Amino acid sequence: MASLSTTASVNTAQALLAGGARPDQDAQDFFARLRRARLGIIVALTAVVMIFVSYSSAYIVRQGLPTLDPATGTLVRDWLPLQLPSFLLINTLVLLVSTLTMELARRQAVRVALASGKIYTSGTSHADSNSMPWLALTAILGLSFLAGQWLVWRELAAHGLYVATSPSSSFFYLLTGMHGIHLFGGILALLAAGAASLLRKATTTAAIVVDATAWYWHFMTFLWVYILCLLEFAR
Amino acid sequence: MGLVLLVVIWLITFISTYFFLAKTWWLPVGASAAAAGIDHHFTTSYIIMGTVFVAAQLVLGFFAWQYRERNATTPQALYSHGSNRLEITWTILTTVLFLGLNFMSSSIWASERFRPAVSDALQVEVTGMQFQWYFRYAGPDGKFGATKPQLEDPSGGGESALGVDPADPASKDDIVSAVMYVPVNREIDVILRAEDVIHSFFIPAMRFKQDAVPGLAIHMHFTPIATGDYEVTCSQLCGLGHYKMHGILRVVSQQDFDKWLASKEAEKQ
Amino acid sequence: MATSDFAAHAVHAHAGPTSWIRKYVFSLDHKVIGIQYFFLALTAVFVGMFLSLLMRIHLIWPAANLPLFGEIKPETYLTLLTMHGTIMVFFVLTTAPQGGFGNYFLPIQIGAPDMAFPVLNALSFWVTALAFVVMVSAFFVVGGAPLHGWTGYPPLSALQGAGPGEGLGADLWVISIALFCLGALMSALNFITTTLDMRAKGMTLMRMPLTCWAWFITAILGLLAFGVLLSAGILLLLDRNAGTSFFVPLVTINGQLTGHKGGSPLLWQHLFWFFGHPEVYIAILPAMGLCSQLLSVFSRKPIFGYKAMVYAMLSIGFLGFMVWGHHMFMSGMSPYTAFAFSIMTMAIGVPSAIKTFNWLGTIWRGHIRFTSPMLFALGFVSLFVSGGISGPFLAQPTLDIQLHDTYFVVGHFHLIMGVASIFGIFAATYYWFPKMFGRMMSEGMARWHFFITLIGTYAIFMPMHYLGMAGHLRRYSQLTELSYLKDLVPLQQFMTYAAFVTIAGQFIFLFNLFWSMKFGKKASDNPWEATTLEWTTSTPPPHDNFAGHIPVVNNGPYEYSVPGAPRDFVMQTDPPLVKKDTGH
Repeated sequence: MASLSTTASVNTAQALLAGGARPDQDAQDFFARLRRARLGIIVALTAVVMIFVSYSSAYIVRQGLPTLDPATGTLVRDWLPLQLPSFLLINTLVLLVSTLTMELARRQAVRVALASGKIYTSGTSHADSNSMPWLALTAILGLSFLAGQWLVWRELAAHGLYVATSPSSSFFYLLTGMHGIHLFGGILALLAAGAASLLRKATTTAAIVVDATAWYWHFMTFLWVYILCLLEFAR
Repeated sequence: MGLVLLVVIWLITFISTYFFLAKTWWLPVGASAAAAGIDHHFTTSYIIMGTVFVAAQLVLGFFAWQYRERNATTPQALYSHGSNRLEITWTILTTVLFLGLNFMSSSIWASERFRPAVSDALQVEVTGMQFQWYFRYAGPDGKFGATKPQLEDPSGGGESALGVDPADPASKDDIVSAVMYVPVNREIDVILRAEDVIHSFFIPAMRFKQDAVPGLAIHMHFTPIATGDYEVTCSQLCGLGHYKMHGILRVVSQQDFDKWLASKEAEKQ
Repeated sequence: MATSDFAAHAVHAHAGPTSWIRKYVFSLDHKVIGIQYFFLALTAVFVGMFLSLLMRIHLIWPAANLPLFGEIKPETYLTLLTMHGTIMVFFVLTTAPQGGFGNYFLPIQIGAPDMAFPVLNALSFWVTALAFVVMVSAFFVVGGAPLHGWTGYPPLSALQGAGPGEGLGADLWVISIALFCLGALMSALNFITTTLDMRAKGMTLMRMPLTCWAWFITAILGLLAFGVLLSAGILLLLDRNAGTSFFVPLVTINGQLTGHKGGSPLLWQHLFWFFGHPEVYIAILPAMGLCSQLLSVFSRKPIFGYKAMVYAMLSIGFLGFMVWGHHMFMSGMSPYTAFAFSIMTMAIGVPSAIKTFNWLGTIWRGHIRFTSPMLFALGFVSLFVSGGISGPFLAQPTLDIQLHDTYFVVGHFHLIMGVASIFGIFAATYYWFPKMFGRMMSEGMARWHFFITLIGTYAIFMPMHYLGMAGHLRRYSQLTELSYLKDLVPLQQFMTYAAFVTIAGQFIFLFNLFWSMKFGKKASDNPWEATTLEWTTSTPPPHDNFAGHIPVVNNGPYEYSVPGAPRDFVMQTDPPLVKKDTGH
């Protein structure tokens, strides 16, 4: 089962390169639908990448950007590096753990779907209640992360650093805020997957939703680590 | 229908080309040192691109007529998927043409923009503000006085509109004028500033244009070579009064310029 | 039988929903969604055209008192031009060719029963429709719609006091654009996934019609570009409402400090044009793909240089991301950077020229049938040449010094976007109307429409080049202040009269469209004798496009006049051709 993702990836690559190989009837095929969902997520994440690429480049350029001081008629730089609250490390840990639980939830959902023996048609199985703990745990951890981010914002505000206080504080709120919004979208997807499970919808459908959300979730974790490094090391 | 298309396309081509060749509406007379080179490159571009334009349209019109379907089946259209040799040929030719045209103009761009103004250029600070241009001269001390946004008073005009700080000793001999006086045949180092939104300083006769961006002081230079009055415009949408944000560039002889400056200095005392 | 994105599709024919709401309003069928996008764009284009009519009237009769409207004030003119540009670029040129025709015909042309994610598809339409409502609502709030141009440069667009309409109206403008970005990204996702994953057996990438290539590449451009515009829009909203200074340096409005400092107006320009330049290729690529298609069908000849056309579109897409600085030559950007951008811009002219040569090569020694789609395709080539030729002038910074922000630029982008691209939309309508609505449009009315529009638009936009050369600035709400503009007013008058005639001509199209839906001659399944997959299915297509029989593709899309074949066209689903390629 651990090789499932490799198999599916190989399927994806082969099918895309061969071109025009699979007529849409095969969409009933679990692997084909899984592949399509993963392709969709990768495409969607490309757009998200572009958003954060633009913000990253704006961040880097802004640090070095001089502005005219009319009093002296010279160009000055007004960037004041921001001291990151150490609580962010706790949050990061929470998110890293959540990515672990997310992966466990993903593997479990796929296992259950394959075990249902009804890969080629929809159907429910009594084994689907197993996927709940990992999925719920991920959602809880995700919400904890967001709550933690909110606490970090409160801490900054207590030091007089709001969104408009300085360029560095603006970027901090912007980057963490945009990441938080995207993560919240991921949490909604988790809740939808959980609901699909609870309502005894097809385990194959649930597995595909959980799988796609997992890819998205792992990316959000990676994105967070990237943002943290950017804010810390490129100050 | 093929013939109608040919006639319409050819007529449109000939009529539009006529007005380009006749220069019925054309560049204003160039009055700066850079104008001759720029205008020459305009002409080169027109000849080359104009030829391509006319050729492409005439061929299109001709083909539309020549290859109209006369008989439903015979002779059949040519079954050809193309020609690799032709593709390579016209790719190379087009690349050479387009890049060549660009490289031909690059020396003008480099000479105008890659080097700062010469050391004995006359510095004029040009500030755009909704909806007027202000021209400031540093005076005998060669230094522009500090400006403070808090001191700005647009209704006051002149120095107060720019927020020139009277406490700064360098501002004592600064002259702010509503007309941009410059001496002929001397390089002018324009320092472009904007108080509120982006403006753009455009003098058509001088072939000079540069955006004035708030937060920046942009240096750009030109050399007027003919005396006279030239219209100065704003060429970046800056709000309600964008269409009436204009001024006058007055190019005079060096003596007349010195006389004017001296009289303005005297007024200040 | 309702379908979800991931439920299994039956192998037999798919009946589809029956309630009116599910069938016509919240439909998941890409064909219905395509038509919805089309009618959204149709509404938008008439709104945009009306705004431009008011602009043209105001320019030559500034004091005119119009019935119902009253006098057009100077600030109203700037509002008109802002909203005209925004509505046309987003809700017409980015909507009709891709969301409209792409949505309808991409799945069919590749042999798929629907888009990859039908729910997402419907969502993308409704988000776009909402964006349009928000955009138009800006006219009706206190202060009115913004006046900062479709390019929205801060600080003018970032400061609520910088001009009338820069308050709530400007916020609504930004929010509308942000919503549009979301809709466009969702749509791009669908197009890319569908093209990569749902082609029928035998439909290799190199057997796809060039329309599909165009929609695919356009979607990739959209995917990469709209995220950047969304980012910029969010920063602008923050500057406007949260007191941040991403774009606004230390400035005063009417002598009053604004509280901002340190920001860079050039940052907006970089972000906006990083989106904005791919955007103009988004606007033209589908029309280019369609032009290739139509020239081939109606010359009864294969497209000249299919592979070259694909590589040309790919290069245009790729290079399109490297030229944005050519909108910023005068902006204060480094002149060295400007030089680099100008080289890339001249480079992107090469694939465009190659496409033009190949179009001419396609009709060369063809059997041209002057149907209405063909007329517009030929018109497209002429307009593409005209609009394109002025490009190399603007691409050279040395010449751009004189031409930037003049009517020369306005003429350039109108000819290529505002006319050539629109001709693509017209051509698509005349071509696919029979398949979509089961009837033919009137060829007589179409010809009137074609000639009035071709001659009329040349009459409006060609003179703009002369105006630009003479130094006539753009976005001037009145022509009374600059002394040298007085001599140019007669040309403006000519353009306005031409606009009256051209706009009137568009009502012929509108009438033809709706009249033919009811009274047009009934269309057969393949009235144009074309080869691509949409012509193999019934007119209009059934709910799942192929009535359960997913096609198997054996041939390329442009097999016309094949020597020895029984007819002068071989459909993609016909038995495979055994032929010698004469260079591919």
